Amino acid sequence: MLGSPLTAIADGTGMGGTMTDSKGTAGDESEGASRAVSKSELFFGFLKIGLLGFGGIAPWARRVIVEERRWVTDKEFAAILGVGQILPGPNTMNAAVMLGDRFQGVSGVLLCLVGQMVMPLVIVTSLAVVYQRFASIPEVRAALIGAAAGAAGLILGTALKMTQKIKPSPLALVVAVIPFVAIGLLDWPLVPVVVTMVPLSIALAAVERRA
Amino acid sequence: MSFAMLFRIAHVFAMLSLVSIGGANAVLPEIRRQVVDVQGWMNDASFADLFAISHAAPGPNIIMVSLIGWQLAGLAGLMVATLAIMIPSCSLAFIASRAIARWSDRRWLQLGKEGIVPVALGLILASGVAMMRTADRDGVTIGISLFTAAFVVLSKRNPLWALAAGTCASVIALHFGALKMG
Repeated sequence: MLGSPLTAIADGTGMGGTMTDSKGTAGDESEGASRAVSKSELFFGFLKIGLLGFGGIAPWARRVIVEERRWVTDKEFAAILGVGQILPGPNTMNAAVMLGDRFQGVSGVLLCLVGQMVMPLVIVTSLAVVYQRFASIPEVRAALIGAAAGAAGLILGTALKMTQKIKPSPLALVVAVIPFVAIGLLDWPLVPVVVTMVPLSIALAAVERRA
Repeated sequence: MSFAMLFRIAHVFAMLSLVSIGGANAVLPEIRRQVVDVQGWMNDASFADLFAISHAAPGPNIIMVSLIGWQLAGLAGLMVATLAIMIPSCSLAFIASRAIARWSDRRWLQLGKEGIVPVALGLILASGVAMMRTADRDGVTIGISLFTAAFVVLSKRNPLWALAAGTCASVIALHFGALKMG
């Protein structure tokens, strides 16, 4: 954490502030949220997330970051993922940037991104080479079909588990159901739904906190 | 391959990066439109193949873009496409990260984070269901998805077990003629 001038900047603006805040917002489940995470932990954590990340990496990111290594709580993770969702780019990649910056500044960001991308890139290009030769075998196609179905279930299960852990208020649950129905079932475009729901949800959170 | 090609790859994917709210799955139609219709880099069938391969590999779904770059211009294409899709959106995320850290003690920011949580939950749930709707074609695959979801919720074991079981179940179903192919 000491050392490079880049992390010194992060210490000044980022680290101190975010850490105390993460405790504040996490509230009930604050233990583990304030722990320091080293550069090698960040790199190898994200290397593992990238390697495991079949069917998209959000479920695996949650498993490694929240369950295994306890860098942040479920609630804090959902908030980071949520901010990552509103910004352009994959939400998990944005989450990697924000977590890397929080714990180790610019070098943390680069380590998280490289860790996350390097093995998937090697594997995907190898797969592409292999696929050309074996695509016609039915078992290979059946395995791909099964893996895709499992990956979909993985994301569904992760969302349910996060909901279970965060224990949102009844009002927050209603707020969660709306974007789910609009995007998951009705195929509405993402941007207008997010642009409407986020301010609404924030307003409701403010009202609920005051009450 | 030429620098002109690399430049086009960089240009197309850097633009996509800036509008890719919701990640790879959300901008998939726009990626297809650019790569197949506008640039004419490949036909629909090759695009579908690349899609399937990138979903069979671990990692962020956005590596599909890297694979397109690789297909078009080899290793240089892979690097250029990957950096082009990452740098713009990651820079924005970095700015956001600093802004959040700087103003983290403000009430509005804490409320903002609090309010984002339920929306994020709804969106992850939605992407699970959306993926099921594309990936599941029959009773067998729906069963595999639901089994995996239940496994994640109920068991503390590594979900890779569930994924492996689902893959085996699919191959076995093929042998009994129960899996819908094609």
